[in-house]
Amino acid sequence: MSGKLMAAVSAAVLLWAVPALADGELHIYNWGDYTNPKLIEKFEKQYNVKVTLDDYDSNETMLSKVRAGNSGYDIVVPSDYTVKIMLEEGLLEKTEPNAMPNGKNIDPRFVDIYWDKGRHYTAPWQFGTTTFSVNTDKFKGDIDTLAILFDPPNELKGQINVLDDVNTVMHAAERYAGVPRCGADKASLKKVNDTLMAAKPSWKTFSYDTITKITSGDVIVTEQWNGAAYRSRQKIPAIKYAYPKEGIEGWMDNVAVLKGAKNLENAKLFQDFVMAPENAALISEFAGYDNGIAGSHKFLPPEFANSPEINPPAGAPAAEFVPPCPPEVVEIYNKIWTNLRK
Amino acid sequence: MAEPRAIDIKDQPGFRSIAIICLLVLYVPVLILMIFSLNSGSLVTHWEGVTLGWYGSALLNEEFHNAARNTLIISVSATIISTICATLAAIGMTRVKPWRGLAAAFMVINLPLMVPEIITAVATLSFFALIAGTFGLNFGIGNLILAHTVFCIPFAYMPIRARLEDMDLTLEYAAADLYATPWNAFKRITLPLLVPGIMSGAALAFIVSFDDFTITQLVAGPGQTTLPLYIWNQIRRPMTPEINAISTILLLVSILFVSVSFLIARRRAK
Amino acid sequence: MTTATLSPATLSKAAFFEAQAVKAGARRNRLLSLPALIIIGIFGVLPLLIICVYSFLVAAPYGGVQWQFSTDAYLNFLFQRDIFDDTLQFTPDFLIIYLRSFLFAVVTTVICLLLGFPTAYFMATRPPAQRNWWVLLITIPFWSNLLVRTLAIMFIIRDEGLINNALLALGVIDKPITMLYTNFAIQLGLLYAFLPFMVLPLYSSLEKLDFRLIEAAYDLYATRRQVLWRVIIPLSKPGIIAGCLLVFIPALGAYVTPLILGGGVHLMIGDLIAQQFGSGRNWPLGCAQALILMAAVLVALFFYVRNTSGKVQHG
Repeated sequence: MSGKLMAAVSAAVLLWAVPALADGELHIYNWGDYTNPKLIEKFEKQYNVKVTLDDYDSNETMLSKVRAGNSGYDIVVPSDYTVKIMLEEGLLEKTEPNAMPNGKNIDPRFVDIYWDKGRHYTAPWQFGTTTFSVNTDKFKGDIDTLAILFDPPNELKGQINVLDDVNTVMHAAERYAGVPRCGADKASLKKVNDTLMAAKPSWKTFSYDTITKITSGDVIVTEQWNGAAYRSRQKIPAIKYAYPKEGIEGWMDNVAVLKGAKNLENAKLFQDFVMAPENAALISEFAGYDNGIAGSHKFLPPEFANSPEINPPAGAPAAEFVPPCPPEVVEIYNKIWTNLRK
Repeated sequence: MAEPRAIDIKDQPGFRSIAIICLLVLYVPVLILMIFSLNSGSLVTHWEGVTLGWYGSALLNEEFHNAARNTLIISVSATIISTICATLAAIGMTRVKPWRGLAAAFMVINLPLMVPEIITAVATLSFFALIAGTFGLNFGIGNLILAHTVFCIPFAYMPIRARLEDMDLTLEYAAADLYATPWNAFKRITLPLLVPGIMSGAALAFIVSFDDFTITQLVAGPGQTTLPLYIWNQIRRPMTPEINAISTILLLVSILFVSVSFLIARRRAK
Repeated sequence: MTTATLSPATLSKAAFFEAQAVKAGARRNRLLSLPALIIIGIFGVLPLLIICVYSFLVAAPYGGVQWQFSTDAYLNFLFQRDIFDDTLQFTPDFLIIYLRSFLFAVVTTVICLLLGFPTAYFMATRPPAQRNWWVLLITIPFWSNLLVRTLAIMFIIRDEGLINNALLALGVIDKPITMLYTNFAIQLGLLYAFLPFMVLPLYSSLEKLDFRLIEAAYDLYATRRQVLWRVIIPLSKPGIIAGCLLVFIPALGAYVTPLILGGGVHLMIGDLIAQQFGSGRNWPLGCAQALILMAAVLVALFFYVRNTSGKVQHG
């Protein structure tokens, strides 16, 4: 009896809820120029939801706003280490994307990740690697080594751009110096510091604007994300993305729902929506990175799906996803970084 | 003959050339960016040929429309409010006997100038979040207008103050002697004398508000993206000439606006 | 006696009433500054107090603050635990960065003044109908976006850019002159960004220049140069001061233009402070750095107010 009642009630709730769910608004806060307008349009049509999209330029900006409270956003797209921080601070809603209808599409490599073990909070958005690209018209040597950045041959000295990003640069230096990531050990940090100080005179600029830097001829080498490298190669075919033997930085951005989101149900619908292979392909097609959803490649243009930028060669080291460093290490990173650029 | 003499005494050698150099310096980059809006290549760094295509995509770009609308609402409101406040404050702080706290008031007015942007941004963000959390108050886009007004006030205030300082007061006294009410005296005498200062102040307030990124990024709520946010957040991608087309459209709008107001003013003068 | 009406007592009474009337008017005028003071008081001063409090707290592990009193942020400004041997040492890193920004701001102010003064004077001596035109002419370029303008400047000065290509084609040089990513580029960018902030206050002040005074000076056989230095410049002092403040203070905190045009090799104050709120995850340090900067500016401003408040009395 009570079972039947429950069923009836839940059926009624569902009947009421479904149209109500599919109506209304959704406020998304994502990295700049990262969201395919077609994806948003499709979602709006499919669920009759009005979406607003705003952009941020760094995890830290997003985090500051979310942490202050009352940001008004439902969905944010934090990178791996930021998901970890947001979870520790209790900023995200437990939405169980893994149990959603499209949850089965998540590439098994990206289910038990350090930032959200078992995918209870976040859905994959895009992932990629960060190494560097070289214009091989201007440099013919072996590029698959971090020595290109940290101990460059003479013809590359003063022709290098690195990302204006403390973590990426520090981690790369740690790999080159052969010490662990985020290590607090003084001797290792000294090595890292020496590596950076020795490399600095060879660096021309610190900038995120990597595609313009390398395609305009300002530099020959630039630290870069793989998707940006793909785009650079579309402009100058000789630009080659390196897979340094010392190790490769990996990252993943994830769709998360904020705790207290006003449009919680729509936000869940959106998480499920982006895990459908054809939708994940829309994301990748626009922004140029792989997405962590199995079966999405067949919806992608083959020259992109088969490009060397998203398919590492056999023998390349596996991408390493680095958790947030402990505060005492961040403090030292900060000092080294300031000293490097004073 | 009085006329040639009058022009002669105003002249200072070389000043005309320097003024022209200044204008050239200001306009050359703007001309370049306008020319590149016609580039058929997809990079802002290499010239490939002529097209109007970027204007098409800019005009059809909904994000651009929203951002442009938000920017204009915010900048125009903040300019008007801050210029009014600044004008009143400049009068209240120069047309008086020095009062206790005058120096402090001057510091307060100029405070937004001294605080680094990121600090104002973080502080304002915390402040609005606090208000929203405790009193449930959220002024929507009003939050941004208020934040902009605050940092625009000193920029509007300084030119107006510079105008008022050492200004001849005999006219105002004469008006008062003729029993003009303070408001009439202000409207007929002080305000017209102040116009160049107010124009300069408003112009500065507007360009400061129009280009603000740091504070806007942290204070903006959902759907409140402004043009600087929209443009800056594309830096991870190579800029296409669409950005130039967007800027050119804004420049043309401003030129149109200026010309129309100039023509109206001239017709009225006739 | 007729002199009775002019007795000192009567005179002082009249003066007293007039003074009362002036005072009442002055007090009313004083209230006019209230709206601005209230707005800045609520939305400027209050947030600043939050920042002061933050600067005496401890950084939370992932950004933000923990409610625990500490003066480390201030101590760390000049002294830091050595990364490698843990001793507290004098560390000039921040001072170097402050000094760099300070120098750029000073040079920017001086060049803006040298270029801006003649421009403003030229504007102020146009026929009245043209003057408002000029104000707009100066501001129109700023209707485009800062980033887009900066990219255009990059295009002009890069190694394969407009100037170098033109000079190469003309045969003036045979190797490009490196301008982009140098101090020259930073200075050029700052100059561009802040020129109107000098020109417009100067114009506002010069426009009221009483040319009878200049005529009088010429009648007394003053040379052009003497008229400029002894008459025009002293009379436009309020404008010069306003312009210098509007250029110097914001230039001190500027970082976007230097970052793009200078290539980001050297940090500016603005970068440094922003970094503490970003990847540095040390809000208290950022707040302390900002307050130290403001204290320095305030001291300078204090002297300005003291030196000019004497002249406010004309009303």
